[in-house]
Amino acid sequence: MTKRSTWALPYAIFLVLFVALPLILIMVYAFQDGAGNWTLGNFTKFFKDTDAINTFALSLEVAIENTAICILLGYPAAWILANKKLNKSAVTIVLFIMPMWINALMRTLATAELFHMLGIQLGKGTLIVGMVYDYLPFMIYPIYNILDRMDKSYAEAAADLGATPWQVFWKVQVPLSMPGIMSGIMMVFMPTVSTFAISEFLTNNKIKLFGTIIQENINSSMWNYGAALSLVMLVIIGMTSLLQDNKKEVSGGIV
Amino acid sequence: MKRFFAQCYIWLLLIVLYAPIVFIAVFSFTESKVLGNWTGFSTKLYTNLFTGDMQGGGSLMHAIQNTIIIALIAATVSTVLGTIAAIGIHNMRSKAKQAITFLNNIPMLNPDIITGVSLFLLFVFLHISQGYATVVLAHITFCTPYVVLSVLPKLTQMNPNIYEAALDLGATPFQALRKVLIPMLKPGMISGFILAFTMSLDDFAVTFFTRGTIGLDTLSTYIYTDARKGGLTPELRPMITIMFVGILILLITINLRKIRNSKNAAE
Repeated sequence: MTKRSTWALPYAIFLVLFVALPLILIMVYAFQDGAGNWTLGNFTKFFKDTDAINTFALSLEVAIENTAICILLGYPAAWILANKKLNKSAVTIVLFIMPMWINALMRTLATAELFHMLGIQLGKGTLIVGMVYDYLPFMIYPIYNILDRMDKSYAEAAADLGATPWQVFWKVQVPLSMPGIMSGIMMVFMPTVSTFAISEFLTNNKIKLFGTIIQENINSSMWNYGAALSLVMLVIIGMTSLLQDNKKEVSGGIV
Repeated sequence: MKRFFAQCYIWLLLIVLYAPIVFIAVFSFTESKVLGNWTGFSTKLYTNLFTGDMQGGGSLMHAIQNTIIIALIAATVSTVLGTIAAIGIHNMRSKAKQAITFLNNIPMLNPDIITGVSLFLLFVFLHISQGYATVVLAHITFCTPYVVLSVLPKLTQMNPNIYEAALDLGATPFQALRKVLIPMLKPGMISGFILAFTMSLDDFAVTFFTRGTIGLDTLSTYIYTDARKGGLTPELRPMITIMFVGILILLITINLRKIRNSKNAAE
């Protein structure tokens, strides 16, 4: 039995080389200058760079707004989809999940073109609406999943014991669906805060988000500064993922 | 009444969500260069797409080919690597298991841009010139974790004695693997392969950072460059429509089959 554990060895080596080492390299590059000397210069540059700081703040703002709108629109949808009395058709569920399988750039492009044809000025408004278009399915799906599996007798028991429908919702349903909401937040907030191409499409390059700044620095060979900015983003992502403890739930089959 | 409002909400949301795609699909049947300008019904864009007879001709076809080839290679290698790894991980002691699962989770939790930048730095650091090979390696990196996570549950559900029994009855380890283990892990491997394949098809950011400067394009990077040039190549409209309809049919079949199966099981 123990011998078969060695089968994981190739993959372990692969992981060290292609997952651990690259992340370590981000840190190394972030704390070095172009000549390879250790420095904090990249970070002081970031804090002095009002352009980068503003973009950073804007990215956080857009990501938070997008996540909030997705919860507000997505939770009722997931609730209806999971409710057998209100929704009998499995096709609607597939229709909500399907956009997750289509290239995000294509969907974004279609959205931007639609705005364009309707004569809507591309800017911050279209950015947020377009992001909601892109990420709403990622909020609905995990919440639907948890609501679908939820034991209905809890809600019935609460109602029997005299809770109003409103109380049942806030005191029973919402707390029980928290893991789904958390997965949804992860699946919406993280990509929004780190996006780069999507924001360019939706605002016609007018508004830059943090991801675009990272990309521009990497592409113009400012690797050290780019790595430092990536590290800043990693910290944000790390803080968000603390919200959630069971990660396996998120990625369990989507089909 | 409540049901009526609920259905209204759901369908309203769906109509709004699908409006852009439907809009693209409708305008894939007209020749006009500018989107939103209806110049009569025509399937010319579709024939153009298949014959490659268009502005900048072969490059879109090339991008599509690259996307599919990269996805096939990445998904196949990931499935093999991930399945073998899962068998190993399943038999590991808890400390080592925790360490490797932790590393395995990182590519799934990391945003694409971080995976892309970190791999870019790796290739720069190792002085590997970037191109086809680095893109494939990068795709294997973020695809394999999904295979591992698809296969592991199958191993937990499996009765370990069956494999041992095969060995006792004289099968060589290789025969036992091929005739006993693999058939039992197959469902997990297939869903892992499909996940890996779609992840690879869908990827933009990682490809963008690891493709180097040799002009390698996948569909995503093609669209990106195309859109930044201003004006979408009209032939992308039928392209998007075909992919959309294909995925719609695929998902509905899979799900209807799943529902029918579970109904049969219930009876």
